[in-house]
Amino acid sequence: MTAPAIELKGISKSFGPVHANKDIDLRVMPGTIHGIIGENGAGKSTLMSILYGFYKADRGQIYIRGDKTEIADSQAAIRAGIGMVFQHFKLVQNFTVLENIVLGAEEGAFLRQSLARARTLLKELSEEYELHVDPDAKIEDLGVGMQQRVEILKALYRRAEILILDEPTGVLTPSEADHLFRILEGLKREGKTVILITHKLREIMEVTDTISVMRRGEMTATVNTADTSPEELAELMVGRKVLLRVDKTPSKPGEVVADVKNLRVVDSDKVERLRGISLQVRRGEILGIAGVAGNGQSELLQVLGGMQDATGEVRINGEPIDLTGTKSDARTRRARGIGHVPEDRHHEGLILNFHAWENVAFGYHHAPEYNSGPLMDNRAIRQDAEAKIAKFDVRPANCWLEAKSFSGGNQQKIVIARELEREPDLLLVGQPTRGVDIGAIEFIHEQIVALRDQGKAVLLVSVELDEIMSLSDRIAVMFDGRIMGERLPSETNERELGLLMAGITDTDREHSVAEIEANLAHVAGKVV
Amino acid sequence: MDKLPKWVDVALIPLINLALALIVSGFVVALIGEDPFNALSVMVRGAVGSTYGWGYTLFYATNFIFTGLAVAIAFHARLFNIGGEGQAQLGALGVALVCLALPWPHWIIALPFAILGGALFGAAWAAIPAYLQAKRGSHIVITTIMFNFIASALLVYLLVGILKVPGSMAPETARFPEGAHLPSARDVLAVIGIPFARTPLNVAFLVALVCAWGVWMLLWRSRLGYEIRAFGQSEPAARYAGISPLKITMITMLISGALAGLMAINAVMGEQQRLIQDNVLGAGFVGIAVALMGRSHPVGVLLAAILFGALYQGGAELEFETSVPREMVVVIQALVILFTGALDGMIRRPLESLFARRKRSTSGVPAE
Repeated sequence: MTAPAIELKGISKSFGPVHANKDIDLRVMPGTIHGIIGENGAGKSTLMSILYGFYKADRGQIYIRGDKTEIADSQAAIRAGIGMVFQHFKLVQNFTVLENIVLGAEEGAFLRQSLARARTLLKELSEEYELHVDPDAKIEDLGVGMQQRVEILKALYRRAEILILDEPTGVLTPSEADHLFRILEGLKREGKTVILITHKLREIMEVTDTISVMRRGEMTATVNTADTSPEELAELMVGRKVLLRVDKTPSKPGEVVADVKNLRVVDSDKVERLRGISLQVRRGEILGIAGVAGNGQSELLQVLGGMQDATGEVRINGEPIDLTGTKSDARTRRARGIGHVPEDRHHEGLILNFHAWENVAFGYHHAPEYNSGPLMDNRAIRQDAEAKIAKFDVRPANCWLEAKSFSGGNQQKIVIARELEREPDLLLVGQPTRGVDIGAIEFIHEQIVALRDQGKAVLLVSVELDEIMSLSDRIAVMFDGRIMGERLPSETNERELGLLMAGITDTDREHSVAEIEANLAHVAGKVV
Repeated sequence: MDKLPKWVDVALIPLINLALALIVSGFVVALIGEDPFNALSVMVRGAVGSTYGWGYTLFYATNFIFTGLAVAIAFHARLFNIGGEGQAQLGALGVALVCLALPWPHWIIALPFAILGGALFGAAWAAIPAYLQAKRGSHIVITTIMFNFIASALLVYLLVGILKVPGSMAPETARFPEGAHLPSARDVLAVIGIPFARTPLNVAFLVALVCAWGVWMLLWRSRLGYEIRAFGQSEPAARYAGISPLKITMITMLISGALAGLMAINAVMGEQQRLIQDNVLGAGFVGIAVALMGRSHPVGVLLAAILFGALYQGGAELEFETSVPREMVVVIQALVILFTGALDGMIRRPLESLFARRKRSTSGVPAE
């Protein structure tokens, strides 16, 4: 029997009182694709950081191909044949692909020789693994899918035998993700070992051979992919049965709340981000906006939320709202009944260094109930915060904690509590469950559906196609600042939406995959 | 990173920094052949060993409270106002113009107007960099520091021309009328029968305390303060909450400039009683160190200002009583600024890991 490519024995790591990893055992056989799945904060990233030498384990041993190995830093990890592709790429934007690949692995005194050697090797690698990238293209001109390939090539150039990918599909379209999986299959065929870290059940089922599940710092199970199901995995991750589908009744759309016509946004680089968006959201319905990140969804939310100026026409309950000038700010929007759960809760929705109670008033700090005379009524705010924290089951239920001390799911609950409790006529929701654990996802989805059932309008933006499919009553797909089409969730599928997300409408279905990708790279290049 | 207990952050770290600065200063003093322990005792005695020492210490501290608060409030909006020096100079101009404008009958009438004059002129001097920052993105560090030079040049221009007393050789204004003199601590305390040495400490110290309280109320009790702090933490979040970055940048800098301008109440109206060229004496820059050491909190600013006041006064005594040269006093002050401001992280990191380890070992986790 061959030795495992990686074997971890009794790995433990704590940060203060938090056990990020507790006595972890893991065996990954060579030539397999091994998935590691778990909720946010389950300890996946910590474990991989230990393997890549960013953290030192408090206890435990690491064996690489049967040999006990000390991994003190990432150089040691690279020497041991481990390569890592991070969720956030670590590339120099204004360097070429070749320069990025050589960076840190230059040999000899002159760059020219290293580059020449790298070029030959790169050619071999790209042919071997279907990893085609133009070595002389600048990173900033490449789409995210291409950039990811550069990251993989970087690892292979450093002779990685074991490749770790952290949430690799977060930024990819379904077709780009499929291509990535083909690449991973190719690597596996050549005898490389792949570790895939993700929280997406569907893709881990599709591509892996074995799956390890982590929960609260512990390795709860390792199963063969063939012998398991998404339901079982979800249960192992959360520790209880979870509803993967949102339980909701058919919608009963009422009159139009938001009527958007020909919305246009030009950014500071003179790039048109919204190219004439028109849509309507009615009472009692959830309109989902699908699309690859960076195709104008963020701008749409920001314009409606009063964070960005635009041209066009927007009516809320029949009354037009200002899209430029002093009356186009978020405060005025809130007064008009627009609630906003922003895409980026760390930089927009919350002030991380503020106490939870201060965040409960954020954006509504002018509300009369939060003020007495010229000063803020901090006691009233705290009382309100305590009530909301209790109602939305924010844990720990301590309004004196700073927002940054809560987990992603609980932070999101604070934002949701703040925005939903105001019962806005139109709720803007961006990436409601990004970085949120499965248990909280269920809760947040229920809250959004409950608001819809109260007869409010919801505009949902998410890059998670599953979320759009299960939560929306109607789906609009955005591509390159335009709406490519609207579909009903019951009458469409991921394949059709995926094509729309890549900018392909019914009329030009015959376009080749290469063209779609070129199209995507073009768009992404503009975005990055 | 693990969080430190509050007392470590606000008390222990500054104290360790201060002790380190004094130890290094001790070595430096020893190097030039003086006894460091003697030097230290001269400084401490000089600063707080008598009502005379206290008077000067608190007089200097008053200047630093104003400029420290000015820097601190701007810090909360993540604006680095290093133009306190220039704003204070303009504030001095404002105060002088008010004091010279009328034959004031009593200081209690003159003071509110002088406060208004100093605040308005200081704020006006901060307004232009603020507008350039908010509208054009010109970096406020660059513009405020350039405005320091312009302020200084402007003052020289006025003092050798329009404002100079005709026939006088000195580049300074006429003395303020009697009714525009602020009573000193000695006069005030004499009323209630407490003897106090003749020092420039005056009622402006009380104005400074009121300002510190006002800044605290503003930052933590008012909507504006809430918006300033939120904007300082994250500009996108501010926009999300309907807080106008332009408005907050402008208002914060106006308040900051006004506070710096108020320093003239103490220095010009309280002591110099005429407008001279060098009326700020670097207090604008010390304010940065005071705000850093005071963690931008009014109470911290107050304590740090008193410490720096003591350093100034003790340093002056040291120069007077021993053969430690003036430059060495500046070195000691610089070391304190260096350790408390710039080298803060040097102490913080090790302490953080120390406390993290201690917390772990007390929370019942096996240590091996």
